[in-house]
Amino acid sequence: MAVVIECKDVTYYYPLTEKPAVEDLNLKIESGKFYGVVGENGAGKTTFCALLRGFAPGFYKGELKGEVLVEGKKTIEYGGELSAKIGYVFQNPFTQISGVKDTVFEEVAYGLENFGVPVEEIERRVIEVMKMTDIEALAEKNPFDLSGGQMQRVALASVIVLEPDILIIDEPTSQLDPEGTESVFRIIKALKDRKKTIILVEHKIDLIAEYADEVLVFEKGHLIKSGDKEKILSDISLLDRGVSLPQVAILGAKLKEKGFPLRKIPVTEDQAVRMIRESLKEGKQDA
Amino acid sequence: MHDLILKNVSFSYPGGFLAVDDINMEIKAGENVAIVGQNGAGKTTTVKMMNGLLRPTKGDVLIGDMNTKDYTTAQVSRVVGYVFQNPDDQIFHSTVESEVRFGPKMMKLEPEEENSRVEEALKITGMDKYREENPYNLPLSTRKFVTIAAVIAMNTDVLIFDEPTAGQDMEGNKRLADILRILHKQGKTVITISHDMEFVSMNFDKVIVMAKKKIVRTGTPREIFWDMDALDKAMLKQPYVSRVCRALGIEGGVICIEDAINEIMSRENV
Ligand SMILES: Nc1ncnc2c1ncn2[C@@H]1O[C@H](COP(=O)(O)OP(=O)(O)OP(=O)(O)O)[C@@H](O)[C@H]1O
Ligand SMILES: Nc1ncnc2c1ncn2[C@@H]1O[C@H](COP(=O)(O)OP(=O)(O)OP(=O)(O)O)[C@@H](O)[C@H]1O
Ligand SMILES: [Mg+2]
Ligand SMILES: [Mg+2]
Repeated sequence: MAVVIECKDVTYYYPLTEKPAVEDLNLKIESGKFYGVVGENGAGKTTFCALLRGFAPGFYKGELKGEVLVEGKKTIEYGGELSAKIGYVFQNPFTQISGVKDTVFEEVAYGLENFGVPVEEIERRVIEVMKMTDIEALAEKNPFDLSGGQMQRVALASVIVLEPDILIIDEPTSQLDPEGTESVFRIIKALKDRKKTIILVEHKIDLIAEYADEVLVFEKGHLIKSGDKEKILSDISLLDRGVSLPQVAILGAKLKEKGFPLRKIPVTEDQAVRMIRESLKEGKQDA
Repeated sequence: MHDLILKNVSFSYPGGFLAVDDINMEIKAGENVAIVGQNGAGKTTTVKMMNGLLRPTKGDVLIGDMNTKDYTTAQVSRVVGYVFQNPDDQIFHSTVESEVRFGPKMMKLEPEEENSRVEEALKITGMDKYREENPYNLPLSTRKFVTIAAVIAMNTDVLIFDEPTAGQDMEGNKRLADILRILHKQGKTVITISHDMEFVSMNFDKVIVMAKKKIVRTGTPREIFWDMDALDKAMLKQPYVSRVCRALGIEGGVICIEDAINEIMSRENV
């Protein structure tokens, strides 16, 4: 698959800091894949996102060593065009709201307006995305008169509506109820099916296990693992390094420890159910 | 001590939107309670009425023998501390320590008392190592602990945490669980809003479920997380291991990994 973003020997320091927030990063992001970015608080996940989007060093300043290339061109050489290529959902939804629009509908339409999209098309796309993110009922509300979770949905909608080829989404479900969280993962999966490249930061590892293609694990500024999600998320030793693993993987590991026969460590709910059921059946037949 | 009672409480925002509709709630002094439920259910609105940031448009909010109607927000907030859902709504100082010191300072305590409260709050939240940092250079998840420390330093009888689990890693959730335990031991009443079902199932005795401006049900985690009807209404899910057990036909009220292991192992050996 084509490489859309590449990091070559990237090390980055925020202004006035002595320790890099991201260090020695080498990585290729392939077009059309869904990457789940995980790791401890402060590991550098948001900084990584900001680097890919060019906010670091573009907005944050600081010092960048090495290069970040988007479609072969260095981020520091781009002007405004990156905003059309890459959609970016900020970690704190409260900072995503523009503050210049009076209704949720206008807020979601704002970006398209800036890109000069015709009015009828704006309407069609905004309505569709508001349906998808379950915020239709909020259309006429002021974006600041929303609950935390509602605001987070609006923030996500206002980026999805732009239909960028690459989406960087930093913890879009932190304020969402469990049902809303799953629906956001389904939406992101649907975007991937439309050939978008997705970079999603999440602490909800059980859903990353379910939906992502590949996992990137950060620890103290370093990318310590990357690749196949099943292999990484079933590696129980990661727990000791502060990386959270799916509940079903922990369950599986503990069952194995107690002598319960499992072929391998499950990472999704379905796998867990299937494997445990098989083992229980075999146990009965043996007896 | 202060029991917290909501009597037929409703709240409409200016402009007329009804966010909380005629709810009744009773939280006893010293209880450790979780509030869960759908986005927009009215959780934040409800707890803001407990700390006097909002006044009920109907009904009464009683904290012990105080009716919040008869007191200023400043007076109520000396009894009920509130950690905002968005830390950035709460943080106004340029270092972690000055942020945490602000509350006690306003109370004009003896200097030793002020110091000991600040130190204790920094210590139990793990923020002592960041005391000279600008809160805005810390990741959002850590900033949340700064706001928790600031409220703990107020030493109120009742503490309310609005979504402290949002964006926390394993370590952060552990630290939160420790903080809840410490406060509970000190006899504080603690109310925590959370969307993290695993966290709720492990750390509370009582769970209040809200949906669509109302309370759906109150119960123990074991009751709530096997009440599919209440969960559906409030857009909630069972903890993952409960879901696995349910799919396996194990309906024994499993809510944590240990429960699940016991149930599964007991079936293996029959
Ligand atoms: N604007 C800034 N100035 C200085 N240091 C910063 C700034 N933003 C982040 N940092 C530091 O960079 C490191 C990485 O932070 P980052 O926000 O990337 O972590 P994260 O993995 O996204 O964490 P979280 O899970 O809490 O969101 C941390 O040590 C943090 O304190
Ligand atoms: N300032 C406001 N003006 C008008 N309506 C508001 C305002 N703040 C919140 N609301 C509305 O009141 C309802 C309840 O909001 P509240 O913040 O209490 O929900 P919540 O249960 O805390 O949700 P979440 O889990 O998303 O934080 C929502 O429908 C919201 O849109
Ligand atoms: Mg982050
Ligand atoms: Mg809320």
